[in-house]
Amino acid sequence: MLKIENLQASIDDKSILNGLGLEVKSGEVHAIMGPNGAGKSTLANIIAGKDDYEVTAGSIELNGQDISELSPEERAHEGIFLSFQYPVEIPGVSVTNFIKTAINQTRKAKGLEDMPAKDMLKMIREKSELLEIDRKFLSRSLNEGFSGGEKKRNEIFQMAMLEPKLAILDETDSGLDIDALRIVASGVNKLKSKDNAVIVITHYQRLLDYIVPDFVHVLYDGKIVKSGDASLALELEAKGYDWIKQELV
Amino acid sequence: MELKDKLLSSYVAFENRVDTNSDVHEIRSKALKSFENLGFPTKKLEAWKYTSLNSVLKEDYSLFPNKGVAVELADVKKYFIHDIDTYNVVFIDGKYSSFLSETTHENIDVCLMSGALSKPKYKAVIDNYFNKIAKQDNLTSLNTAFATEGAYINIPRNIEVEKPIQIINFTTGSDAATMLQPRNLIVVGENSHVQIIERHQSLTSNPVLTNAVTEIFADKRAFVDYYKIQNDDIKASLVDNSYVEQQSNSVVSVHTFSFGGNITRNNLNFFQKGEYIDSILKGITISEGKQHIDHHTLVHHITPNCESHQDYKGIYDDRSTAVFNGKVIVEKEAQKTNAYQQNNNILLSDKATINAKPQLEIFADDVKCSHGCTIGQLDDDALFYMQQRGIPEKEGKALLMFAFANTVLESVKIPEVKQRITKIIADKLGVDIGFDL
Repeated sequence: MLKIENLQASIDDKSILNGLGLEVKSGEVHAIMGPNGAGKSTLANIIAGKDDYEVTAGSIELNGQDISELSPEERAHEGIFLSFQYPVEIPGVSVTNFIKTAINQTRKAKGLEDMPAKDMLKMIREKSELLEIDRKFLSRSLNEGFSGGEKKRNEIFQMAMLEPKLAILDETDSGLDIDALRIVASGVNKLKSKDNAVIVITHYQRLLDYIVPDFVHVLYDGKIVKSGDASLALELEAKGYDWIKQELV
Repeated sequence: MELKDKLLSSYVAFENRVDTNSDVHEIRSKALKSFENLGFPTKKLEAWKYTSLNSVLKEDYSLFPNKGVAVELADVKKYFIHDIDTYNVVFIDGKYSSFLSETTHENIDVCLMSGALSKPKYKAVIDNYFNKIAKQDNLTSLNTAFATEGAYINIPRNIEVEKPIQIINFTTGSDAATMLQPRNLIVVGENSHVQIIERHQSLTSNPVLTNAVTEIFADKRAFVDYYKIQNDDIKASLVDNSYVEQQSNSVVSVHTFSFGGNITRNNLNFFQKGEYIDSILKGITISEGKQHIDHHTLVHHITPNCESHQDYKGIYDDRSTAVFNGKVIVEKEAQKTNAYQQNNNILLSDKATINAKPQLEIFADDVKCSHGCTIGQLDDDALFYMQQRGIPEKEGKALLMFAFANTVLESVKIPEVKQRITKIIADKLGVDIGFDL
């Protein structure tokens, strides 16, 4: 599904990704771990199409199509979803109206009519139940005054509504208490299928207790320096990142 | 001939056609003197520092358009809020159009200024209210000197007017350039409620200059909601001078939606003459091209225990320029005043300008006065967030602008007006997003 080769990127002439490669197939869950400043969020933002970065080399393909020239919304229409580490507050736009607009704009891009209001309401009800989201919450302004946990749950709610092919969860576990973590993880697990894929970016093993990855990658200094199965995450949790840094020397 | 001289020299012929023997004539003559002394405002005046009328004063305006050209309802229906039942007071080139109007004298008077100024039965009201709060200044005086036509609305006490009243001034451009000076008088009695929608609409691409004056009197416990829709042709300029006087426990709100036109200047003045009054001034301004839109507001807190709430949002693109000057005066006697002023501005272009000036003059010591003024741009992170969810850049920007302006939009009490404003904004931003926030 996703194929990244030799990706190099910089911001303000500071190089952040240094020849990163990653391949994710349908039905797989990949975890990307690594110390602060390794380039994890940069990778997520570049895949989603944020233009603050300069991509100097390499390629990103989604289902065989090079997406590097696509705008963020075009990438979203192709099925890429990024759950933000820090979801943006948008006062004056309710959660419901935002997601309606997002879905109908995506449908429009595909030449489809707006989703009938009845279907939309039904879907909103189903997906909000899945994530144990209160009705009242849906009429509040998007992310405004939300707790950390509410923001992340709202991200996964939007993911459930948009049904992406490739979901990137950027530190979705940060700011979550254990109950919220369980709800979010169970939501993600229910949305998983053989036709989509998930990339989980995290510092800690604890989210991976709930969303079990098929592959774990260690990102360090803008490159993937080690890959393994779920047991690698446990090893990192026990030993920290220093042993990997030493291995590299 | 310069416009000022043209106006002055036409006055003699004008005054012989109208009320030479009435009290109003006295008022006219004084007003003309005042205008003669002051002339048109120039940038040397503090209140006009950022707004120059020079470019529009150069035109050779027809001052008394001869005959209203016939207008087909089908062509102008879109300028009405037509999906609800309303009273309509409609003028074409300054002349009353009975065809497009729906007036009434049943319990209330919704009719014409020309009639009110000339017929004895209105004399008491005219004596009490006409030109009582309008200032003796340059443009208001000019209007007073030549005022003959406009809407006359008199609501006696204890009446809830069951449908909104629309005041619409059309210009057809049968002359090369037209100057209009509509004059409205609105008197709302004790415990009465009324909603009014006002619009100036040019149907031609010829230059139009409108110098309007509206006086509004709200007696005790009266409720007045006034909506000004300014979405005129790019060659039409407007100076709107509005004066509101409120008595105890009355609530008056004026919403000004400024989207179109060439030069638009709003002088909106509130005078509080009782206790527990609430004055609400709100506006959304969206400008582009070389438009210039200026809001000068004044809230004069004269008496204790009153409130005022101002909320003006502006979004400026291209080379457009804008002004917000919000003046609040709290007199020494006006203790326990609660005056609130919010003015937020977004510049979409490097070449756009906003001159924002909150101006608070507080002479009482036990008051709550707050004001917030911001100038910024659209939030890039919010835009990326929206794009990531599949909302294209243009629609995302529009959504952010709607959200920004929403505090003003949501306080519009007539749903059809709110829908119309939303539609005008969407059209102006070139998007088709059918959401309500």
